[in-house]
Amino acid sequence: MAGAQLGPAASIGIEKMYDFEFDRPTSIQAAVDSLKTEEALAFSGGQTLMPTMKQRLAMPSKVVSLSAIEEMKGVRVEGSELWIGGATTHATVMRETAESYPAISSLAGRIGDPSVRSRGTIGGSVANNDPSACYPAGTLASKGVIVTDRREIPADEFFQGMFMTALEEGEIVTAVKMQIPDAAHYAKFIQPASRFPLTAVFVARYGDGVRVAVTGASESGVFRWTEAEEALSGNFSAEAVDGLATPDGSGMISDLHGTGDYRAHLVKVMTKRAVAAC
Amino acid sequence: MKVDMKVNGRAVSGEVEGRTLLVDFIRQTLRLTGTHVGCDTSQCGACTIHMNGEPVKSCSVLAVECEGAEITTIEGMANADGSLSTMQAAFQEHHGLQCGFCTPGMVMAATALLKENPSPSEAEIRHHLEGNICRCTGYHNIIKAVQAASGQDVQPVAAE
Amino acid sequence: MPKDGGIGASSKRREDIRFLSGTGQYTDDINLHGQAYAYFLRSDVAHGKINGIDTSAAEGMPGVLRVFTAKDFDGVGGIPCGWQITSIDGQPMQEPKHPILAEGKVRHVGDPIAVVVAESLAQARDAAEAIMPDIEDLPAVMDMKAAVQEGAPKVHDDLTSNLCYDWGFVEDNREAVDQAIKDAAHVTTLELVNNRMVANPMEPRVAVGDYAAHSGESTLYTTSQNPHVIRLLMGAFVLGIPEHKLRVVAPDVGGGFGTKIFHYAEEAFCTFAAKQLRRPVKWTSSRSEAFMSDAHGRDHVTKIELALDADNNFTALRTETYANMGAYLSTFAPSVPTWLHGTLMAGNYKTPLIYVNVKAVFTNTVPVDAYRGAGRPEATFQLERVVDKAARELGVDPIALRRQNFITEFPYATPVAVEYDTGDYHATMDKVLEVSDHAGFEARAAESKKNGKLRGYGIAHYIEACGIAPSNLVGQLGARAGLYESATVRVNATGGIVVMTGSHSHGQGHETTFAQVISEMIGIDADQVEIVHGDTARTPMGMGTYGSRSIAVGGSAMVRAAEKIINKAKKIAAHLMEASEGDIELKDGAFTVAGTDKSVAWGDVTLAAYVPHNYPLEDIEPGLEETAFYDPANFTYPSGGYACEVEVDEETGRVEVMGFTAADDFGNVINPMIVEGQVHGGLAQGIGQALWENCAYDEDGQLISASYMDYAMPRSTDLPMFKVDHSCVTPCTHNPLGVKGCGEAGAIGSPPAVINAVIDALHRGGYDVPHINMPASPDRVWAAMQGAKANMGAAQPAARSTDTAEGRSV
Repeated sequence: MAGAQLGPAASIGIEKMYDFEFDRPTSIQAAVDSLKTEEALAFSGGQTLMPTMKQRLAMPSKVVSLSAIEEMKGVRVEGSELWIGGATTHATVMRETAESYPAISSLAGRIGDPSVRSRGTIGGSVANNDPSACYPAGTLASKGVIVTDRREIPADEFFQGMFMTALEEGEIVTAVKMQIPDAAHYAKFIQPASRFPLTAVFVARYGDGVRVAVTGASESGVFRWTEAEEALSGNFSAEAVDGLATPDGSGMISDLHGTGDYRAHLVKVMTKRAVAAC
Repeated sequence: MKVDMKVNGRAVSGEVEGRTLLVDFIRQTLRLTGTHVGCDTSQCGACTIHMNGEPVKSCSVLAVECEGAEITTIEGMANADGSLSTMQAAFQEHHGLQCGFCTPGMVMAATALLKENPSPSEAEIRHHLEGNICRCTGYHNIIKAVQAASGQDVQPVAAE
Repeated sequence: MPKDGGIGASSKRREDIRFLSGTGQYTDDINLHGQAYAYFLRSDVAHGKINGIDTSAAEGMPGVLRVFTAKDFDGVGGIPCGWQITSIDGQPMQEPKHPILAEGKVRHVGDPIAVVVAESLAQARDAAEAIMPDIEDLPAVMDMKAAVQEGAPKVHDDLTSNLCYDWGFVEDNREAVDQAIKDAAHVTTLELVNNRMVANPMEPRVAVGDYAAHSGESTLYTTSQNPHVIRLLMGAFVLGIPEHKLRVVAPDVGGGFGTKIFHYAEEAFCTFAAKQLRRPVKWTSSRSEAFMSDAHGRDHVTKIELALDADNNFTALRTETYANMGAYLSTFAPSVPTWLHGTLMAGNYKTPLIYVNVKAVFTNTVPVDAYRGAGRPEATFQLERVVDKAARELGVDPIALRRQNFITEFPYATPVAVEYDTGDYHATMDKVLEVSDHAGFEARAAESKKNGKLRGYGIAHYIEACGIAPSNLVGQLGARAGLYESATVRVNATGGIVVMTGSHSHGQGHETTFAQVISEMIGIDADQVEIVHGDTARTPMGMGTYGSRSIAVGGSAMVRAAEKIINKAKKIAAHLMEASEGDIELKDGAFTVAGTDKSVAWGDVTLAAYVPHNYPLEDIEPGLEETAFYDPANFTYPSGGYACEVEVDEETGRVEVMGFTAADDFGNVINPMIVEGQVHGGLAQGIGQALWENCAYDEDGQLISASYMDYAMPRSTDLPMFKVDHSCVTPCTHNPLGVKGCGEAGAIGSPPAVINAVIDALHRGGYDVPHINMPASPDRVWAAMQGAKANMGAAQPAARSTDTAEGRSV
């Protein structure tokens, strides 16, 4: 069947963003080369980036889509290690980790909505490091390692504050590796408008200790609640959390949906609930 | 640049800019105006279509990213004879729409659900439609329509 | 046995076919040959002096056709206000000019400064970014109470203050009310906020202007609930276009909820620019733009006092309300806190003395106007909260306290100037208790407690007034419009019928329900009836759809026109059957002569009307087309009992709605399926207002909840299945169908039911929280519990800069 030839949309003119060049490489190397253009931007699903660009808050000269790079897709389990390709969608992670790492499957299955999960990717999420994103908490709690085109970065060093990461100019998140814990749970309290976490806590219990990662709450982005980790490593129970002081609310986000003190309180409540559900 | 894709079973190609959104390509270039735009923060779901069988928000996908993709819009949902699909008919039967603006996205999202989960519970339907905002119905009759489309028994339409 | 057609049948909606197949025709789906695109540059500051606007760079940008600023509108009028309120001192309200584009000052975030019209929207937007406005920041006027203090910065420099009006109602009652409150055995006082809302129909507003040089006719396609009102206001007051040269079309409209009633600057701009440029000009609002340019709703701060005697009879009610008008007067803004609010303060109760004071205030915010319910939700919320609080203070059952004070005899003249024709409040109260299984509540509460949740049950009973009328009365009250409705019934030669109504459907399903009425009256299949609406060129002058008026007013006009048709058709039938007109009966689409077997079919009569060979030409004209204008004698008064059941998570403050029951008395019902749907939607909006939705500004006038990222729209996972009932029926006594209207009830009755349930749950958990402002968001509920725990008296959470209530308590 012959394809209908249609006129350019530009003549109708409803584009809202600044214009840019577009590239859709099929290998990591080609993507890295493509990103050498000044003001080029890697685009991995774009579920956060697209609204930002529509508001003209970002004006890349070039958008390099990572969606056609097959070597960055998929989920693999090697022993106790889970490997998730950077361009793997939330929907795929949800389906393919249901057996191997149910807490991550559950986290992926609660990001946004089905349409967002069809497009959004783990690489895009960790690279963006939105202070209210889900994956940074799951990654940090799961002894995650961020694999890039040039190195491997432990999650503890990768997440450096609100929208800040250790990524260098043009560096691509090609995969995220996690250690599968003995037990884990992600307790999420949603902000009623955006449905992002107002505060959410990922608890992972390993033979050598417990990790507690918090998202949505802090002005410094995702963080580990070390007091809770220590207490839970000795006594993995909700009561152990009860005994802890509520984290300091002064560094927490205060906005229309909750004060810093409220978020600090939620950190404790959500930690307790995550532990109870493990 | 040029982009080729299949929309509702028909091969189409068009000239687009890098920034052209899929929804604008569908609405403006293809003049398929059944897909609607209700927000600019990827939240409302009025623009939901199917891309390679999966629901996506066409306001959050670049047209150039759809090279080679199979796209289905609300205009491609009816049966071959032009009659309403099971899901569309259930929306009418159970009054799952009022102003009709969110409806195309809602039907696309609900249809995608039944492909994955042929007999969803009320809670599963609600969870699946969380990204499709309706301001008219309070969702009550949408839930009933989806249950009915999946072959589940639902209460009669109105207290009569 | 349910009917399958006509009045009372749950007929499936015919309009659904196009909406479900993607062939609806919404305004943004209209693309005219050669159309250009408008992009509005809007103020990003709340209040500022415009020292100059440099458009030179923008004018030279690719694709730009013209850049417009205020100076291009010399000789063009401002956006008019359609209702004038008179203050206590007899002075008319202060009415500032509302220019199409900002003149001299910008007065709210979103106030349009300039418009670029270009070949493409991208070019228009690119050029708008090159416009250099020189704006000097001025202090933002945000707090209503501070705004009316002496020496406060003024939103409008040419007005004497920020006070639009100071309204007292009924002024003659004032002293008696004051005395009754002094003499009362008990007075319950409550200060509360009715939170600012954004209507958020899913279809953003769109305007397409067109000008036909050959005829000199302008056409505006617009997302409106009332195209004739737009034609009148824009033609006569803004652009000076006579109505015969102006056509306004509102095609499929994707929801309105009040915010698409009003005449907006963008409509006038596109119509004006199309004529100037000799090109169609299109503007499509983005959602972000909608948040700062669609009129908002509610935003009242009220102190209410309820006086009771020693036997708990209500003796007097006094309120003082500050009502936010925003920066300009939107079309019907002044009427909302006054005639649509004060007149409802009696509620369902026989309180003998009532005094309502309303101070309307200009602030540097988006204009505020009617939103689903408009004034009536504000009245109901105050009343149903203060009654609940009184019951708690007195230690009596809130249901019994309501019942004791219910009005039981009709007609009932309230002390706030209206007369309820019918109602049976005990019946709807009985019904809501039954359907919500009130008797089983304690067992459910115990079950919740086992699961660590606090369960609460809240009741509210409401009255509302629909189909505001009659026109001569509303004229005295300050309306600058009539409030009748019109219909033309055109019968075609072969018997098919076209009804051209001034009502407008933007989701209500008129194409189905109006056809059901005609089908019932004539006895022909509804498929033979076409309903036309939304085009001033095709329908008689009508006032449109808002205030739940369509079936009560528009439906009545249609019935009147159809009655004229039937009367004329009977004359024709009498002639054809050589019988006396008085003996003719119309049933099931045929005319018969009483007591005989003579019959002539509907189609034979209609054919005779247009092919009048055998026809009483000496007595009647050929043809079969009639128009009626119906002006109601009174409002209609739907009422109902609503019950909400919630669970409060004590640890997080999150409120979950476990059940919601609505038992409404809408009078007669045309299509039960559609009525239920209307109630569902209203409930979602009312519950949304009570728990999540909040349009918030900071103290500098920045809109904080400016998108769906921060303005919480109710989602599918937030709401339960509803239980709705409309089996309690007291038909309206003064319209031909006995109908009352159902569009807004859900949004009116539900907010107090939700908050009453939340307060009940908190008290059951031992938290002495007397009131919590809407939305009862998790953080607020949690803070209220903390406050109660710490025994901090009023137990209100600390005001935040983002609270709309901040610093506003009276």
